[in-house]
Amino acid sequence: LGHGSGGKLTADLIDKIFLPAFHNPILDKLDDQAVLTIGGTRLAFTTDSFVVTPIFFPGGDIGRLAIHGTVNDLAMSGARPLYLSAAFILEEGLPVDDLRRVIESMRAAAAEAGVQLVTGDTKVVNRGKGDQIFITTTGIGVIEHNVSISADRACPGDKIILSGYIGDHGMTIMSQREGLEFESAIESDCAPLNGLVTAMLTTSPANDFIHTLRDPTRGGVSTTLNEIAKHANVGMVLDERAIPVRESVKGACEVLGLDPLYVANEGKLLALVVPGMADAVLDRMRQHPLGQDAAIIGEVVETHPGMVLMKTEIGGTRVLDVMFGEQLPRIC
Amino acid sequence: MPPLHSNSKTRRQLHVRGIVQGVGFRPYVYRLATSLGLTGFVFNSSSGVTIEIEGSAALVCKFIDDLRPNSPRLAEILELTVAEMETVGETSFDILESQEALGEFALVTPDAGTCDACWNDFGDPSNRRFGYPFTNCTHCGPRYTIVQDIPYDRAKTTMSGFVMCEACKAEYSDPGNRRFHAQPNACAICGPSLCLAPSGSNPEDCSFHDKDSLPAIRKVRQLLREGKIVAVKGLGGFLLACDASNDVAVTELRRRKRRPLKPFALMARDLQSIRNICAVSSDDASTLQHPRRPIVVLPRLSSKDSEAASPTDAVAPGNNTLGIMLPYTPLHYLLFSDSPGSPPEFGALVMTSGNLSEEPIVVSNIEALERLSGIADWFLLHNRDIATRVDDSVVRIFERRERVLRRSRGFVPQAIDLGIELEQVLAVGAELKNTFCLTRGTHAILSQHIGDLENYETMCFFEETLEKMKHLFKVTPRAIAHDLHPGYRSTRMALASSIDRRFAVQHHHAHIASCMAENRLNGNVIGVAMDGTGLGPDGTIWGGEFFVANLAGFERRAHIRAVPLAGGDAAIRQPWRMALSYLRDSFGGRIPDELACFRDVPIKQFNLVDAMLSRRIQTVQTSSCGRLFDAIAALLGMHSEVTFEGQAAIALEMAVDRSITDRYEYELQQGEPVVVDFRPTVSAIIRDLARGRRVNEISACFHNTLSAAIVEVCCCIRRSDGLDRVCLSGGVFQNHILLGLTTVELRRLGFGVFLHAMVPANDGGIALGQAVIANELLR
Ligand SMILES: [Fe+3]
Ligand SMILES: [Mg+2]
Ligand SMILES: [Zn+2]
Ligand SMILES: [Zn+2]
Repeated sequence: LGHGSGGKLTADLIDKIFLPAFHNPILDKLDDQAVLTIGGTRLAFTTDSFVVTPIFFPGGDIGRLAIHGTVNDLAMSGARPLYLSAAFILEEGLPVDDLRRVIESMRAAAAEAGVQLVTGDTKVVNRGKGDQIFITTTGIGVIEHNVSISADRACPGDKIILSGYIGDHGMTIMSQREGLEFESAIESDCAPLNGLVTAMLTTSPANDFIHTLRDPTRGGVSTTLNEIAKHANVGMVLDERAIPVRESVKGACEVLGLDPLYVANEGKLLALVVPGMADAVLDRMRQHPLGQDAAIIGEVVETHPGMVLMKTEIGGTRVLDVMFGEQLPRIC
Repeated sequence: MPPLHSNSKTRRQLHVRGIVQGVGFRPYVYRLATSLGLTGFVFNSSSGVTIEIEGSAALVCKFIDDLRPNSPRLAEILELTVAEMETVGETSFDILESQEALGEFALVTPDAGTCDACWNDFGDPSNRRFGYPFTNCTHCGPRYTIVQDIPYDRAKTTMSGFVMCEACKAEYSDPGNRRFHAQPNACAICGPSLCLAPSGSNPEDCSFHDKDSLPAIRKVRQLLREGKIVAVKGLGGFLLACDASNDVAVTELRRRKRRPLKPFALMARDLQSIRNICAVSSDDASTLQHPRRPIVVLPRLSSKDSEAASPTDAVAPGNNTLGIMLPYTPLHYLLFSDSPGSPPEFGALVMTSGNLSEEPIVVSNIEALERLSGIADWFLLHNRDIATRVDDSVVRIFERRERVLRRSRGFVPQAIDLGIELEQVLAVGAELKNTFCLTRGTHAILSQHIGDLENYETMCFFEETLEKMKHLFKVTPRAIAHDLHPGYRSTRMALASSIDRRFAVQHHHAHIASCMAENRLNGNVIGVAMDGTGLGPDGTIWGGEFFVANLAGFERRAHIRAVPLAGGDAAIRQPWRMALSYLRDSFGGRIPDELACFRDVPIKQFNLVDAMLSRRIQTVQTSSCGRLFDAIAALLGMHSEVTFEGQAAIALEMAVDRSITDRYEYELQQGEPVVVDFRPTVSAIIRDLARGRRVNEISACFHNTLSAAIVEVCCCIRRSDGLDRVCLSGGVFQNHILLGLTTVELRRLGFGVFLHAMVPANDGGIALGQAVIANELLR
């Protein structure tokens, strides 16, 4: 197995191994969460595992990530996250103080997101059989608004809104893990997005003006939009100049030969909003601390279904593809 | 005179194979036969042209003798067979309608530059086509660029909207006229016309009613004299023109086109104008004047030898060569003067493709007014649509033979006959300088230069051209060949294709196979691929490779010692990164102080890349020769950053002092594969720099070293494998100094050396290699 870096290879694994085995109408939607209707109540349900080196980094740690990652996946269905479970795999030798720090961080993160951790499990494995600490969180939330938010609802005409600067988390982890010192310090954007989503949903009493919500984590904005475009069989056109990237992140990416559009985020969301409501939603987002730098970065189109294009700063049109693993030079 | 005795008549049937269809061959045969008083007929057959002639034995003989030497300029007779026939006794000679057999190649030929007879019509004040910008005949003019469908017939070209006047129709229907069935035949009365529009014009406001083109064309020349940039609609797309001697205009064009340094192509009115600025050999002259009319790369005369109004340095900064071409339509000629009678108003014009950065060349009036408005001040439009985008071709003479660097106008869609039976296969080519290749029969049909596939517009150009070519040449590929690199757009398109028989071909194997194919080589050869980057099956980036190869496979016998490449494409845009990598490799991480090459690099960036290299973060190992050139060029302080492919390597080649014959040390580390280690070379260069040796000498020494290493590795492989045929391919061999040194020495040692001529040594030739490899694997 060599499917670590996300993007196309992971997508292949899911397509070829997991989907055929388990397929059912809910799973086949391939959203970041399942929406279940139980006794007339719509619930969002999701699970995620967290593996990160180093476990502590500027702007967060593995514990905060584990809470907010799952909270965000629930929020991306328009749900109000309620309860979480957490399962820990601890490597023998993990300093108890580190574990305390992680747990304290999880407590604070849950409080910040307004969720309760209600059940859990812990296993300890021999040294070398794990990497310090792995956390799996599962979450459940309730969808109160009469909304139907899903990747397959993306529709030509929709505006694509991005909630803020991209690439902060991925570049922070990169710099910490490799001990690289960039021009200026970068911090992870790890944050719970349920508050921002609630604000967005209350922009108008009308329902159904937000078609799709996604948090562009692994694989970044480009991979996430590609998934939506392929799923809904629509095209997308982005405007490079409109995409918020910090100079520090841009500079660090340039040196490393990375593209910020493929770098992970942990506190950002992409929203596909009906054109008539896009400005109003954007305004509402900008009033929220996590959406201050939100921007309309493009739109959904009918042409070139399944493909995401970007108008570049110099006026060309680049095809944004799913990442293919390592970054190999193409220039001959 | 017809023979007196009818009983002395003989009859012969002739089969002619080669380029004999769509080039005015049948009217030529008609004129030849009727001038000798022979009877019979001629028609296009499935395999060429079939002729039957009858008359006196002497005249029939004369016909057969004259047929080849006097054939039309675009025709090429590859095979002529003659059979005896019973006499029939008909009274006339006729052109019979084509008996086009199903499944055969369509008669679509490349566009051809204006022929002498048409130049005469155009320049003769008494001729009805005097000064007409769209003058053409069966021996010249547009073809591939106006074809919409087959068979090649006026109704299926972009000339269909122009109804011929009586005079034109008479020429078109007269078998004795050189405009007989000339599909784009036209004159000022009935044909395409011009419109000059300022930037920002609405396409609907452009009128083509003015049949007199001179006022518009004179205004264009005035604008060019004033330093304006004019977008000119030509054969295969729009070209951006400005006065090459006007530094302000050329610099402004660079700024607007976002092309800071890459050389611009030039056009000059006549050979004399070119001789004023470049050294032109007799081979160069005949290539410049060939109907294909390519851009020819020529050595530039030093400014003291050239005329006052010579091109400004901004045309090709730092280059000692210029890419230059002659007018290939009367329209282009008119940009210089009204007629041959008056002297040219410009020594040379910049004529660069009408596009933004690396996008496809613009073809339609609407597209031009929209997309080029930020670049051109004025637009010289015409109302004949361009059905197929085709850029200008670029060639360079080496060893008295034309070597194609970019194969487009004039060459495409001419099939390359490989002399072997081929399956119907599609090869999708590489990522940059992309071309694709279709095979059928014994032919490889290469697309025109498509460009950099990262752009969506280029990708669409690829797809539209592929559909068109499959249709024109009736190819239904049953297999598809692509590069190993998963990130190439062409690879992704191949993997998404409905053709499920796929072959992933290693980049440098494709380079070598393309060289083998055009030289019709079979069996094992020594393949030397000196190239930029291409993915190897081991996941590292190759590019300095020595193979024992055949069309089915290869063994990697030797390669340049691999060093880390940090940051993907960024390492290629910033050659200083490769310099640092080579220094670390040569000096064990202890970088010599005081190197000019890192002076402009911000210290934090330098430290980051140094950390990446030492800890292998975002790095991949590479044995690329192109990257070695980058490293040496950067070490010599030439370019620490580049804006176009090969820029640093070209600068290194330009710097060579040819009087220097010594070389540096290198090492061959025996093993499987052998490793060619240039660490001693890098160390010696650093020593030379420290003691103040001239950069020109160091560069020469480096070229000598690389060539010596290539030759020595070839000798090793000859000893072990008994092979003495060497194929040289890959973009680095566009370096004529390296190519010259290497071929001369290999030949002196008795090797048979095979080079590219018909297809580029760069990635523009990859598709041909992929196609022949796929064919071999299908067997
Ligand atoms: Fe190559
Ligand atoms: Mg998830
Ligand atoms: Zn002609
Ligand atoms: Zn006419």
